[in-house]
Amino acid sequence: MIEVRSLSYAAGATPILHEVALDLAPRGITALIGPNGAGKSSLLHCIAGLARPGAGTVRIDGLDPFAVPDRRRARQVALLQQSPTVASRLRVAELVGFGRWPHHAGRPGPEDARVVAEALTAFELDALAERPLDTLSGGQRQRAMVAMAYAQATPWLLLDEPLNALDPRHARDLMARLHDLSRPGPEGRAVVVVLHDINAAALWADRVVAMKDGRVIAAAGAAEVLRAEILEEVFDTRFEIVPHRGRQLVVTL
Amino acid sequence: MAETALPPLRPALRLWALTGLLAALSLVFLFWHLRGPTGFILSLRATRLAALILVGAATGMATVLFQTVAANRLLTPGIVGIDALFIFLQTALVATLGGLGYALLPEFGRFLAETALLTLAAAALFGLLLRRGAGDVTRMILTGVILGVLLRGLAELSQRMLDPSEFAVVQQAMFASFGSVPSGALWMAAVVLVGAAAIAMVLSPALDVAALGRPTARGLGLAHDRLAIAALMLVAAMVAVSTALVGPVTFLGLIAAALGRVLAGTYRHAVLLPAAGLSGAAILVAGQFVFERLLGLHSTLAVLVEFFGGLLFLALVLNRRSA
Repeated sequence: MIEVRSLSYAAGATPILHEVALDLAPRGITALIGPNGAGKSSLLHCIAGLARPGAGTVRIDGLDPFAVPDRRRARQVALLQQSPTVASRLRVAELVGFGRWPHHAGRPGPEDARVVAEALTAFELDALAERPLDTLSGGQRQRAMVAMAYAQATPWLLLDEPLNALDPRHARDLMARLHDLSRPGPEGRAVVVVLHDINAAALWADRVVAMKDGRVIAAAGAAEVLRAEILEEVFDTRFEIVPHRGRQLVVTL
Repeated sequence: MAETALPPLRPALRLWALTGLLAALSLVFLFWHLRGPTGFILSLRATRLAALILVGAATGMATVLFQTVAANRLLTPGIVGIDALFIFLQTALVATLGGLGYALLPEFGRFLAETALLTLAAAALFGLLLRRGAGDVTRMILTGVILGVLLRGLAELSQRMLDPSEFAVVQQAMFASFGSVPSGALWMAAVVLVGAAAIAMVLSPALDVAALGRPTARGLGLAHDRLAIAALMLVAAMVAVSTALVGPVTFLGLIAAALGRVLAGTYRHAVLLPAAGLSGAAILVAGQFVFERLLGLHSTLAVLVEFFGGLLFLALVLNRRSA
């Protein structure tokens, strides 16, 4: 369980998060939705221990991410950040291999090789394993970055807009893969994902957290949050909810 | 998988080839047209060769470290004003002691004092400016550039007030010279530079992660800011010792690092650092040999290094992808 209590965060003099209180379940997919500037990315960074909040606490399965050594934290929670910059000469397999750093600190073993191979297969990167990153399309690079976060083999996987640059098929495949990953079981992970595609949240998320102006407006099951009145309050525009195969389709009016 | 993904022998072979090239250049440098009192000449050449190798290797490695921490392959440590401080110091010494007084200063003592001062200045610049975290590398670089401009301006102002003979003394100190290196200073420099290089090699796996950029590296559990400060302290020691030993060679690092990256053919610092070091050493040994023995010119290698380094810098700026 991730427990966020009274969390406030400012970037310099600009307040971003205000007294955020949130519990995130240790299984399934939780989608963070909200307009640009709502504080979704900042919240992920605070949870991952990469942005120090001005006030409040974060606990990841009881662990304070700001009080433990960096590598210990990185074995508990992995964060895929938006538009990360990486050395262009890196090959895909090498990039994914960096996901094992928290486990081996520069001395990789057979288990690390196994996990990297598994991550490459899981994200359909076997054919691209030896390709330098600067020869890949944006979507292929994005999948490689997700695979690196996956290779960290953490109980918690936080992904900031992972569908950026992905075509519809790869976006669907990635969400399906995350869905499978997040099912209960020995390998099951908790996935927290920032999504701008509300229909992807409707289709794949177990829970949805809607944010606006640094505050949580609603946090509950997907069906409870993805209602027209809540979405209209969050995004300041009109929506229509259309039932589709037992889920909701969200149409922006 | 991450390790086996690279062809395991190729980087090692490249390093051996570079080492062989440097060894061959060194032998030619030592034994080319060896006539007269062989022992004496060999001793002189060996001292000069050691200085060339040490300075070239340290400058190449320091530049790769600096570029990794700054996440910018167009930078050299010289940009933060260490060269300017060295020139300012020489000008201040000549202005206060006079040309003769400057020339009579004990070389080893001056080397020690200059090394200490340059190391302190660089460490202070890196350390103090990074107090708020190594994410502020850009601010540190800009401050260094501004300080460098200020020091250069002050040095030029002081030089205008010198008489022509004293100015000639300063001018000679403004470019690196491998002609006369005190052997005591050389030993001390060797200990510091080899020690710094060894520490850099120990840090190389962590530097690979740091090269992914600060946000990603921190996400992977790397104590990025601590590593950045450690790397910058190594850079401070390497650049200060090299500059105090022979004088400033601003763009040598840029050439050595760019060449090292091409020759290493990998992002891995365990290969990249030695490749840049060997490249820097080979450039200096080959350049000094050509100028000293073939063209009969003296003390002009640094000018050529600056000239080609400047051209390379422009080429890298104009075509960042090739960097």
